[in-house]
Amino acid sequence: MKSSVIVFPGSNCDRDIAVALEKLQFKNKMVWHKETSLPKSDLIVIPGGFSYGDYLRSGAIAGKSLIIDEVIKAANSGCLVLGICNGFQILTETGLLKGTLLRNKNLRFINRDVNIKVINNQTKFSSKYKSNQILKINIAHNEGNYFTNSKHLDQLKKDNLIAFKYCDENGNVNESSNPNGALENIAGIYNTKKNILGMMPHPERMVDDIISNTDGINLFSGLIN
Amino acid sequence: MGKQFQLNSKKNKLRFSVTVTLKKDVLDPQGKVVQNTLLNLGMSNLKNIRQGKFFEIEIDETDQIIAKKKVEEMCQKLLVNLIIEDYKINILK
Repeated sequence: MKSSVIVFPGSNCDRDIAVALEKLQFKNKMVWHKETSLPKSDLIVIPGGFSYGDYLRSGAIAGKSLIIDEVIKAANSGCLVLGICNGFQILTETGLLKGTLLRNKNLRFINRDVNIKVINNQTKFSSKYKSNQILKINIAHNEGNYFTNSKHLDQLKKDNLIAFKYCDENGNVNESSNPNGALENIAGIYNTKKNILGMMPHPERMVDDIISNTDGINLFSGLIN
Repeated sequence: MGKQFQLNSKKNKLRFSVTVTLKKDVLDPQGKVVQNTLLNLGMSNLKNIRQGKFFEIEIDETDQIIAKKKVEEMCQKLLVNLIIEDYKINILK
């Protein structure tokens, strides 16, 4: 399984995701944003961070970078694409995923471990999780408040495109378990073909018991098979 | 030569301003905080504040219609997130 991690000026989770991928036997390559071709990849990861210092809007400048045309082409031909945190913001700016990430409702940068619930476990990314499984995953963002129009929200629900929702430790999805004000507690979504996943929580930070937990491993190990 | 180029470019220059604001139904938490702070400062008749962005753009072009179209394209392609933001283009003298 070959993976590529796209690196922008200001990316800061690129090495974390590379460590996670290599731990799970991916043959990974780092790809600088000025490249105009991608190595052959089964998975492309757009990592977290603050690409271009979040200038203009989070992900806006990275979403127009040179390598992005290649990412869009690969995504449209079925390649798996995972955007984490700033990567999710970048994917919405490219149009590969619909909706956008607004400033957190409480106006604070939030960095803590939260509970999320697996809503759809029928995709390549989530097949190793149980339906409604509760995971403890770290979030670290200032703009994680997912927003989209009501038509798209209906489509997300109808086509089962909501990947994860914020919940409490018992799995209750409500306002008090919503860290950032995201619409219907949405923490991650798929595109209609379900080969693109964008999520605010950081599964790559949850692959080792020594520093956190291993709740993120199944997301990557599911892709290997 | 350099001087003449400068003169020409001044002559050809059209200036625009673009104001970008969040759409009405999108929550503007920054605007709310600014509003609350102004209320705390005693601005009791303050009714509503929405925070936005402002761009000043110079276009090397003499035709106002063509130049405005270019600015329109800039808004659509990069400056504005059309899902959550509205924009207004004004010509500056």
